[in-house]
Amino acid sequence: MALEKPYLDIPGTTVFDADQSRKGYWLNQFCMSLMTADNRVRFKASERAYLDEWKMSEEQKQAVLARDLNRCIELGGNIYFLSKIGATDGKNFQQMAGSMTGMTEQEYRDMMIKGGRKIDGNRKIGEHGDAQRPRKA
Amino acid sequence: MARITASLYTSHIPAVGAAFDLGKTKEDYWKPVFAGYDFDKQWMKTHKPDVIFAVYNDHATAFSLAMIPTFAIMTGPEFNPADEGYGARPVPTIVGDPELASHIASEVIQQDFDLTMVNEIDVDHGLTVPLSCVFGEVKEWPCKIIPFAVNVVQHPVPSGARCFALGQAIGKAIMSYPEDVNVHIWGTGGMSHQLQGPRAGLINKEWDNKFLDRLIDDPKGLSKTPNIEYVREAGSEGIELVMWLVARGAMADVVAHGPKPKVAHRFYHVPASNTAVGHLILENAA
Repeated sequence: MALEKPYLDIPGTTVFDADQSRKGYWLNQFCMSLMTADNRVRFKASERAYLDEWKMSEEQKQAVLARDLNRCIELGGNIYFLSKIGATDGKNFQQMAGSMTGMTEQEYRDMMIKGGRKIDGNRKIGEHGDAQRPRKA
Repeated sequence: MARITASLYTSHIPAVGAAFDLGKTKEDYWKPVFAGYDFDKQWMKTHKPDVIFAVYNDHATAFSLAMIPTFAIMTGPEFNPADEGYGARPVPTIVGDPELASHIASEVIQQDFDLTMVNEIDVDHGLTVPLSCVFGEVKEWPCKIIPFAVNVVQHPVPSGARCFALGQAIGKAIMSYPEDVNVHIWGTGGMSHQLQGPRAGLINKEWDNKFLDRLIDDPKGLSKTPNIEYVREAGSEGIELVMWLVARGAMADVVAHGPKPKVAHRFYHVPASNTAVGHLILENAA
């Protein structure tokens, strides 16, 4: 049975499935390596050299260097893995999640305090919710 | 014989653990979150279990992409809180129950659920945050804990129906254990939240509350909800809620023709960081 993907029409969302996992294998395993303090030090000392030790694509390396989490996810990254980069940078989960929305940190925090992003208009691509807009470059 | 006296359901948000560890529980932002667990401290005085069977998920902590078990039961004697990149949480070591865990594993595998058995693992916030919320600051956890991990990171993740059926198998396994042991079964994770992409920050209060209503009154019907509905309605990380159905499946009304459980406590709050906090305690009739 082929992998069914009924989730492709959800706006602003990438479901981490077997295809994404294969594509992002080394990107995610690189992230796991940052669980070790020594590796965090080596990565911070020379990010490019550290990334070159991994079988990642050039696009994946560029996305990590730019801390472009949306691009990392597009290239097979998963947020729980990518959060290790955030931890290395001293960022919390709210800062990381917010960075993918095109909002400022304060705007995102305020949205959450007011009850979070609304579901209406954000269930399917083509509706008119606030997750539909093209993300910031 | 061993008996399941209650099930408990709660979110397991890492920021809640951080707030707890940094002594921020009285701050305006966090106060209403922790207030939702005040009831638990009183309730536990009269309902303390011998063992908690705690269903949680690992968040790329002990299981990287190198190994992705769908269902894993922890049969070892003890488990340390993991360093998730911010240093390990300063909470007690989890003491397991290898004898009961092995019994459950054997019984459940013979009911055709092919479990992975894990003897050595560090457990992450998915397990330790619920313990902190329920028990507060303690020198040691007041009972044994059997962690049980479900893959909800890489899709396809197990369906709600499969989790519900697994809960029934676990319930039967616990009830067939010859020792006189009082067991609670916990389901953790959720409620609505999405941590990625332009839709990050999604919260769906209406859906969450309907989920709580149905978990109490119509768990079998609820278990038929397809995974796509969780992802669409409750956010990509809201899929964690399938784990609550494992715990619900082990309750007496489902597994032993017993009466409906009593709702001892129900709590819902938005937000904690990116997430809606849900918490429920159901008691089996004595």
